[in-house]
Amino acid sequence: MKLTGRTTLLALLLGSACVEAGELELEVEIPGMDVAEYHRPYVAIWIEDSKGRHQQNLSLWYDHDMRDDEGQKWLKDLRLWWRRSGRQLEFPVDGFSGATRPVGTHELVFDSNSSVIRDLPAGDYRLVVEAAREVGGRELLRLPFQWPPEKRQEIVQQGSNELGRIQLVVKP
Amino acid sequence: MKKFIAVALLTAGMGTVSQAHAHRAWILPSATVLAGDTAWVTMDGAISNSLFYFEHHPLNLDQLEIVDPDGEPVEAQNKASGKYRSVFDTELKKDGTYTFEIRYSGLVGMYKLNDKPVRWRGRADEVKDIPEDAKGLRLFEVDNLMQVFVTKGAPTYETFGTQGVGLEMVPVTHPNDLFAGEVSEFRFLVDGEPAEDLNVVLIRDGIRYRDQVDEIQLKTDAGGGISVEWETPGMYWLEAELEQPGTRSDTAKRRMSYSATVEVLPL
Repeated sequence: MKLTGRTTLLALLLGSACVEAGELELEVEIPGMDVAEYHRPYVAIWIEDSKGRHQQNLSLWYDHDMRDDEGQKWLKDLRLWWRRSGRQLEFPVDGFSGATRPVGTHELVFDSNSSVIRDLPAGDYRLVVEAAREVGGRELLRLPFQWPPEKRQEIVQQGSNELGRIQLVVKP
Repeated sequence: MKKFIAVALLTAGMGTVSQAHAHRAWILPSATVLAGDTAWVTMDGAISNSLFYFEHHPLNLDQLEIVDPDGEPVEAQNKASGKYRSVFDTELKKDGTYTFEIRYSGLVGMYKLNDKPVRWRGRADEVKDIPEDAKGLRLFEVDNLMQVFVTKGAPTYETFGTQGVGLEMVPVTHPNDLFAGEVSEFRFLVDGEPAEDLNVVLIRDGIRYRDQVDEIQLKTDAGGGISVEWETPGMYWLEAELEQPGTRSDTAKRRMSYSATVEVLPL
């Protein structure tokens, strides 16, 4: 079979896509609190590069279904995310936003078919988790990882206020 | 006459910051960075010694102008003036940056008439209306500008136009994008030209709870620029003033001032 330049290129692209396949498995713990007035935190999860530049939004948990979109008002309290991404977005955003989550550990999986990581160029990144709670505080954790993964990477950070244990597993 | 006194106090306040009993004119916004379909800000305005405390005189809001991100005028709502402060509200319907400003250009005079002190305000061609038996007349030309910026959604730069009169500030760093640990840049113009060697003062809120005012003193470079590295988040009052020989009246000195309230957020 004679290969045209175009099919060769396609094969190369497919080949490299296979090599770069990987998966992100994330566990985010929302800690329980003994406070008089508790509201579930707003949480933004995104990928930044090693210079802090925003790459991809992975998840946004906020009061997305309040009357008159009143819940958008507090998105700016996710201060870093608001600056890096949120303030440029048109709401409601599709694909990565949803309701606030209760106390407990929440698992998120982004496999190689997921658009948010499929197009990520090779490099050093940080997964960022930022949480802000009404009448509460704010906390931000960064979990560095390499992409695409050559071997399994497991990164764990322990929050001290608004976030609990955050675990990121990056698999080839 | 009451209005004249208020304006004179305002201009005096904006012109005498470096004196021992400095009166500062300021506007304090409830927020500068907002999100959502629609949002409201409420602002306090006052003239006082200490920032940002109401302790002396309410700010005259007659000259207040608000411009939305498209450059359209917006009406202030619920304007009120109390013993020590004025307040007003504004609904932010659009995404982008709103500018709130009080601009005053004109002449201010002080004299005594029948041994009673009188404060006067007007234009150069109205100086002749000052009574002939006024004693100890002192006249000042004033060009004062006070600004506050508020952004809903992403910051916009389109409405930062200058008029080329008096002291004006041209943001290089967007004034609603200031963060502790980062460096921000601003440029100052005098009558539209770079204001070189201008002294610019920055004072952080919460003076009552510390022993020193801890003002940040900066001097503009040849291009009229300053850069400031913010160590501590907070609301900052930014002020610059300049005195020159008068241009509109031979008797007067010209006093120019610019002030703004800017918020520095933590990251």
